[in-house]
Amino acid sequence: MLVAILFWAFSAVLVGAALGVILARNAVHSVLFLVLCFFNAAVLWLLIEAEFLAIVLVLVYVGAVMVLFLFVVMMLDVDIEALREGFARNAPLGALIALIVVVELAYVLWVRRLGVELPGETAPLAQGASNTAEIGAVLYTQYAYPFQLAAMVLLIAIVAAISLTMRRRPGLKAQDVSRQVSVDPAERVRLVSMPPEREP
Amino acid sequence: MMPDFLAERWALLAPDLQSLIIVTLQIVGVLLAVVVAVAMLTLAERKVIGYMQLRRGPNRIEIFGLPFLRGLAQPFADVIKLLLKEIIVPGHASRFLFLLAPLIVLVPALATWAVIPFSPEFVLADVDAGLLYVLALTSLGVYGVILAGWASNSKYAFLGAMRSAAQMVAYEIAMGFALVGVLMAAGSLNLGAIVRAQEGGFASWNVWWLFPLFLVYFVSGLAETNRAPFDVAEGESEIVAGFHVEYSGAAFATLFVLPEYANMILISALTSVLFFGGWLSPFQGYAADAAWYSAPSFFWLFLKIGCFLFVFLWVRATFPRYRYDQIMRLGWKVLIPITLLWIAVESVLAWRGIGPWAA
Repeated sequence: MLVAILFWAFSAVLVGAALGVILARNAVHSVLFLVLCFFNAAVLWLLIEAEFLAIVLVLVYVGAVMVLFLFVVMMLDVDIEALREGFARNAPLGALIALIVVVELAYVLWVRRLGVELPGETAPLAQGASNTAEIGAVLYTQYAYPFQLAAMVLLIAIVAAISLTMRRRPGLKAQDVSRQVSVDPAERVRLVSMPPEREP
Repeated sequence: MMPDFLAERWALLAPDLQSLIIVTLQIVGVLLAVVVAVAMLTLAERKVIGYMQLRRGPNRIEIFGLPFLRGLAQPFADVIKLLLKEIIVPGHASRFLFLLAPLIVLVPALATWAVIPFSPEFVLADVDAGLLYVLALTSLGVYGVILAGWASNSKYAFLGAMRSAAQMVAYEIAMGFALVGVLMAAGSLNLGAIVRAQEGGFASWNVWWLFPLFLVYFVSGLAETNRAPFDVAEGESEIVAGFHVEYSGAAFATLFVLPEYANMILISALTSVLFFGGWLSPFQGYAADAAWYSAPSFFWLFLKIGCFLFVFLWVRATFPRYRYDQIMRLGWKVLIPITLLWIAVESVLAWRGIGPWAA
């Protein structure tokens, strides 16, 4: 009962925040609404006792990805009006995607109503079993190759992004820290001994 | 323990309600302890740095006119002053976010205390993924800083926010990798289990086999709390006071003073728990088992936290502020490679069953 109330309350906030993402006039507010969305999704996962996934969602998306989003959105001077102009042209495509998503959701709900045993359906974990350990056990045995593959794809994406944006400008005056640290005072300072000047 | 008439009423309450009341009282107790510790830490900071610079520090405000307690009431005087001051919201500032930002910094700084094991018996929430919870919450504080800088409608505050965001994201990675090493040593994400894995006197603490990770963790902790020498987000000599330049009064106190010091205590507590055996005694196993000084207790955790807090203050009094590009270089090019290398070394040790993994 309590879980149901919490589920509906957090789902309502989630949907409201999702609407806020696309309706907010300010891009920074949109990003913050998206953060709220992630939080509520994490809470929904907590309600079905998937605490590892919930915390990882907050850690990765809220703690790292969205911070960078916010960082970029704040730096950019986003002109909302200019973006609005393209709205009518892209509207049919958007409507099509929305339609596909709605059909997919309806299909999933319809399949569930038939009472078919879904491959994803499993018995709830025994009392005291660690969620984290269970996921780890599956991730590193049954799904080891897909997991490694996903990691490699991400690594390649990082390397590609860096190599695309890195530019080596000639004549750049950058510091070489190891040379700075290893400098010998004798090379830089010459102590001269000379007689003091006489009073005029 | 309780008077009879209270005990009767207590027994009448539903068991759910009883546990709710007990947990609430525990939470309030821990939060009060943290807030009082923050107040005392601000005083300790000024005193310690004062003596390091051959001054006396605050020594005027007395409690009840007792001359030997001079200066002890200074933090309370500061709090009253800050709470009574006017909160000024700058023109064209985003008012809602401007007032929300201090709370976003404050809430994670206090909520993280839920999973810290204070003694073998007492922890507010014995969560299995405790360490992940800590990481997730500490990564949220940066939102408050960024929003404070952005909502202030001030270029200095904005610059401070940008610096802080880049710095925190960079050092979080090093911090996370350092924690991976601790996980490999303990085999659990539960903070209580991590402490229990270090039983057996100070020689079996994590710090010896994970020494590079300990250094990386503590340096990242300094950077995450925006403390000297990594306090470029404030940078009062370049950008006035960084992200909190427009804040005053109670908003300043909750945005800046309380979370920063609460996070310092938190990082000290986590360092003790992860690397120095938390509530375990250093003399465990070296004396008769019944001896009071070899028994695990809250006292040891308290002592260890105090030592690390002193190091925080010591570092602040000693080192000049890092330049911004040097901070980035240290984070990305020094600390992260060190952690990666040591995780590789550790996995070889674990694979060959050397050191703490010899079982």
